[in-house]
Amino acid sequence: MNKLKPFIIKEFYHIFRDKKTLLIIFILPIVLVTLFGFAIRSEIKDSKIAILDKSLDEMSIALSNKIIASRYFVNSADVETDSQLEEKFKNGDIDVAIVIPPDFSKNFLKLNTTNVQILADASNLNTATITKQYLSSIIGSFTVEKLSNPNIKEPINLSLRLVYNPELKDVYMFVPGLLALILMLVSAIMSSVSLTKEKETGTFNVLKVSPLRSYHIIIGKLIPYLILSIINVIVIIGMSVVIFNMPINGSYVLLFVVCILFLITALSIGVFVSSITETQQSALLLSIVALFLPTILLSGFIYPIENMPLILQGICQIFPAKWFIEALKTVMIVGGGIEFIWLQLLVLASMTVFFIGLSVKKYNKI
Amino acid sequence: MNSIKINNISKSFGEVKALENISLEINEGELFGLIGPDGAGKTTLFKSLVTLLKADSGTSTVCELDTVTDRKKIRNIVGYMPGTFSLYSDLSVYENLKFFADIFGTTIEKGYDLIRDIWVQIEPFKNRLAGKLSGGMKQKLALCCTLVHQPKVLFLDEPTTGVDPVSRKEFWQMLRKLKEKKITIFVSTPYMDEAVLCDRVALIQDGRILSTDTPEGVINSFSRDLYEIKPQRVYDVLKTLYSWDKSYSSNAFGNSVHFIGKDDNVSVEEILSFLKMNGISVEYVKQIKPSIEDCFIEFMSDRR
Amino acid sequence: MNELETSVHIKDLSKKFGDFTAVDKISLDVKKGEIFGFLGANGAGKTTAMRMLCGLSHCTSGEGTVAGFDINTQQEKIKRNIGYMSQKFSLYEDLTVFENIRFYASVYGLSSKKIKERGDMLLVRLGMSEHKNTFVKSLPLGWKQKLAFSIAVVHNPKIVFLDEPTGGVDPVTRRSFWNLIYEAAENGTTVFVTTHYMDEAEYCDRISLMVNGRIMALGAPDKLKKEFNVENMDGLFYLLARDTSTL
Repeated sequence: MNKLKPFIIKEFYHIFRDKKTLLIIFILPIVLVTLFGFAIRSEIKDSKIAILDKSLDEMSIALSNKIIASRYFVNSADVETDSQLEEKFKNGDIDVAIVIPPDFSKNFLKLNTTNVQILADASNLNTATITKQYLSSIIGSFTVEKLSNPNIKEPINLSLRLVYNPELKDVYMFVPGLLALILMLVSAIMSSVSLTKEKETGTFNVLKVSPLRSYHIIIGKLIPYLILSIINVIVIIGMSVVIFNMPINGSYVLLFVVCILFLITALSIGVFVSSITETQQSALLLSIVALFLPTILLSGFIYPIENMPLILQGICQIFPAKWFIEALKTVMIVGGGIEFIWLQLLVLASMTVFFIGLSVKKYNKI
Repeated sequence: MNSIKINNISKSFGEVKALENISLEINEGELFGLIGPDGAGKTTLFKSLVTLLKADSGTSTVCELDTVTDRKKIRNIVGYMPGTFSLYSDLSVYENLKFFADIFGTTIEKGYDLIRDIWVQIEPFKNRLAGKLSGGMKQKLALCCTLVHQPKVLFLDEPTTGVDPVSRKEFWQMLRKLKEKKITIFVSTPYMDEAVLCDRVALIQDGRILSTDTPEGVINSFSRDLYEIKPQRVYDVLKTLYSWDKSYSSNAFGNSVHFIGKDDNVSVEEILSFLKMNGISVEYVKQIKPSIEDCFIEFMSDRR
Repeated sequence: MNELETSVHIKDLSKKFGDFTAVDKISLDVKKGEIFGFLGANGAGKTTAMRMLCGLSHCTSGEGTVAGFDINTQQEKIKRNIGYMSQKFSLYEDLTVFENIRFYASVYGLSSKKIKERGDMLLVRLGMSEHKNTFVKSLPLGWKQKLAFSIAVVHNPKIVFLDEPTGGVDPVTRRSFWNLIYEAAENGTTVFVTTHYMDEAEYCDRISLMVNGRIMALGAPDKLKKEFNVENMDGLFYLLARDTSTL
């Protein structure tokens, strides 16, 4: 239809002459495919394992060596007691542990059922399940190898126990990520759009020609978002605890401290976005692409970071949501104190200072 | 004292020369008009004076304070309104005014004397959202917000653009009354007819000042003889005159034509007979004093 | 009035938005080739009325024809026979001069051959032939304005509607723009123009002044000045529109 042709041609002109649109149409899909392609891994690699060998006999040592020899696991701790195991999990030194019961060789060779237990960190259910599968196949081939009879009934009984979330409460899974997402949305995105609105309508210029300094304007605009977001935090955590019975193993105070720190980091990023855009539309776009999407995909919320290729893992480090979710999980699920999350807090605080510094420079330039 | 001094200010944006060697002096208590069309450089000049923009070269002072080194001090004592609608449309009339009083650390009561005459016109609407006001009312609110902190110098960038003629007239009446309070007022406008309402004016085009003087001074500096031709149809006369070799310029002005002869060597009789020859009868042809717009057009063509 | 001679005929045209009456029973006739000035304060109902005339908005009540087509039942035909230039010139800044011409001309239904023909002619007349491939955003304001007008009439419409076409432009460009309007009118195109410049009101053959949705004055400028005993259009505006501007 001839009526359509002029519009089609014109729209192509608009698209190819606008860098932002081109970015979204071409670059974004490539980025997403790459991310999804690498992030959703059904493999694990170099998973940190500890083997608690309560037999220390010929077969148990052979099994331990076979497990460690595989490329899926790296021996990351030597433990001798159950409580040592617990501490290693808490520290994050290990992701998974195997407990080999006493009299392993005797039972194994006599084809009596022997129970080998896998302990996995429940905050990554995906990884835990896959780990069990891998160990299962390793044990299977070990059995065949040592007993030289493929038809034998498997004497090793593998069971999986999830620590820190034995009942597999969903709420543990999504609350940290959800918090990150909501806080990022309200604080960063809303604040960046609001600040850019003042620039767009011209009121910002009027405000500058007054005793106000740029930081008055900015902080004045951010504080309502801070307060509202704190209310959001209280509501979300409150609802999770009261309605969904989510237990909080760590200190509530520390939990709020972590949330508020992240809030401030998100706000500082919002301010930075507003300092480099002129229209609300581009503020929104930039916020969504650079903040919201990475928070969903690259923060460990859904897809575990350890399973991503190294380069991507490196990229994940620059997103504050990743550090926030780590700290949050440690406090909420593992019950760790401040000594376990000092690194995450430091990173968040440094990011805040960095973005605020950049924003101040941009806003004060005339 | 409360004056504005601009010394050889230049500013370029990439290749575009927005301001080229602008020099002006505006005296205390003057109502000074910067007259020029869109793109002439008015907004750029204003922004550099209220310290929102740094010029590439040259210096300027407001109330003896340097616009580069004394930025903070200047921002405390000037009032700035960049166009009619830089208010918060989702706040009420009163909320807007209170906000502007608050950020300057003052109160509406303290500034009431200055804004009273204007405020009483919009006070009945004080709870209405600013976005729902007519253009004329928004203008009055904007003026109040600019004045409430009792500035020494007022910078109004195109306050009457896009506003209907009645409100425009009223706005200038308000400005003239403000002069009595000894505030220095620097206004920019694209409407040439508003020039005569100022104490002095500067005509600006393409980043350069064409002329600076009192309105009468500008008019008196017009060096040519100007004739007004009152025709039946303006366009017929224009077309005919374009083809005349004795014509220097002819321009439509409302329902008449303003004509300038080549070398000022054309008489009324000559004009009448030429028009008659071409079958055009007119009501009259007489010599007139030029308006600011005539002067502007002449200055523009001088530059070409 | 002879239908062929009448470009615009409206009788008791009204537009209501809920309780609010934006246009209140206006009537007028515009002859072919007339330059008609449509004046009024902001919010007086000018834009609403113009939208109805352009076939862009349904009338709540009333009747009329534009370019011979009924405004209630033949809105699509109206749109095809008129030209429209909006306040901000309706040109695409990120397209070149010629791309804009080509786009609008094809939207108006001109064949590619005609588009090239008229397009070249237009460029020569405006003196812009060497800027055929310049991006509109690089053009000075006055050129954009003239280009926008030429594009609005590229398909030789019977009527062209101009919505405040001369805002903020320097006095010389304003006048050369009005020369384009005069030329178009001479060629039989009816020009319907709204403006805030009261001196431009005097360039029109007839004007109407809308106040609060109603037409309070209608006629040739000279006649109205005598009738209302004012010196110029400014005075007329002041007399009739003053009280409403403060609402």
